[in-house]
Amino acid sequence: MAAAANPIEQFEIHEYFPVVNIAGHQIAFTDAAMFMVLAVVLTAALMLGATAGRRLVPTRMQSVAELLYEFVATMIRSTAGEHGMKFLPLVFSVFIFVLIANLVGLIPLSFSITSQIVVTASLALLVFFTVIIHGLWQHGFRFFKLFAPSGVPVVMQLLIVPIEIMSFLARPVSHSLRLFANILAGHVTLSLVGSFSAMMIAGFGVIGWFGALLPLAFAVALFALELLVALLQAYVFAILTCIYLNDSLHPGH
Amino acid sequence: MSDDTGGKNDPDRRSSDEVDLSARLRRLGERLDQVRASQPSEPTPDASPGPDRSGVARALRLSSELVGGVVVGGAIGYALDYWLGIRPWGFIVFVLLGFVAGIINLMREAGVLAKSEDRPR
Repeated sequence: MAAAANPIEQFEIHEYFPVVNIAGHQIAFTDAAMFMVLAVVLTAALMLGATAGRRLVPTRMQSVAELLYEFVATMIRSTAGEHGMKFLPLVFSVFIFVLIANLVGLIPLSFSITSQIVVTASLALLVFFTVIIHGLWQHGFRFFKLFAPSGVPVVMQLLIVPIEIMSFLARPVSHSLRLFANILAGHVTLSLVGSFSAMMIAGFGVIGWFGALLPLAFAVALFALELLVALLQAYVFAILTCIYLNDSLHPGH
Repeated sequence: MSDDTGGKNDPDRRSSDEVDLSARLRRLGERLDQVRASQPSEPTPDASPGPDRSGVARALRLSSELVGGVVVGGAIGYALDYWLGIRPWGFIVFVLLGFVAGIINLMREAGVLAKSEDRPR
């Protein structure tokens, strides 16, 4: 057992085999890619398997799928209104991808793709550009009223407009950073507390076995917390997606 | 399950079952439509900040708003410095603006400040 395990080591990306070579950059199939594929396959298996029968009285798996649908649909209706339902496929995909990725990442020895900022930033930018493109397409120039709150004197607008633009631009950053940082911090903490147990045993022998119980109990409690964080972060990521999409549906009002 | 209890060898009974079932499905559809119609099509303001689900979810949302604002402000300021050659003024001004934007986002998330759509106009 490695006594002083490096808590950051779990986030290292290992290349499995090269796929393509674009402009001198070797693009390889990595463990991050593998776990992304795994998350998609698991999601597809869950949803396709659950809806294959399509019974009136749902089976257990079908109830899971129906509950997930209802959950996301209610979330969209309450934040973005009935018009937001056209974004259901996007929000549902984002939610379930993050959820499955977070949960798979909690399995020991697996890889947490949401702890890679590239992944979370890609998802956040997808939402960000969807909001901009859909807003411009639906509302044209009126979309920019988002940055100029009505009923504010012109002098104040000079100050408020740049700040509103900045707070709009800050969205994808905080959107991606939140998920990434929470998952990363959680995994580092778990790994550290876990390695305390290993160090105890390696350092103190038989006494260490008893000493290791305390960090072990702490690690179990932390794992429960991480499970909560994994679920909540997926929920938060999805609900913020809805809130941002609401802006592109009803800018400025 | 009870889906094939009705006599397979009795075509009359089977078809009457199906008629009954389709009538029930239609009634269910009508009632669903009624429920949908009674739901508001616009988001209700009190539901939008989402304090309903869980306070923890809301607390977790606050954690990175400030960082986002400052990072974006710093990036814009640095880029302006680089392009316009006005170092260090762009960075200073935009980090401060970013800080303000971050605080505004934070207050909006926390529900202290009204969301932009709920403001009096």
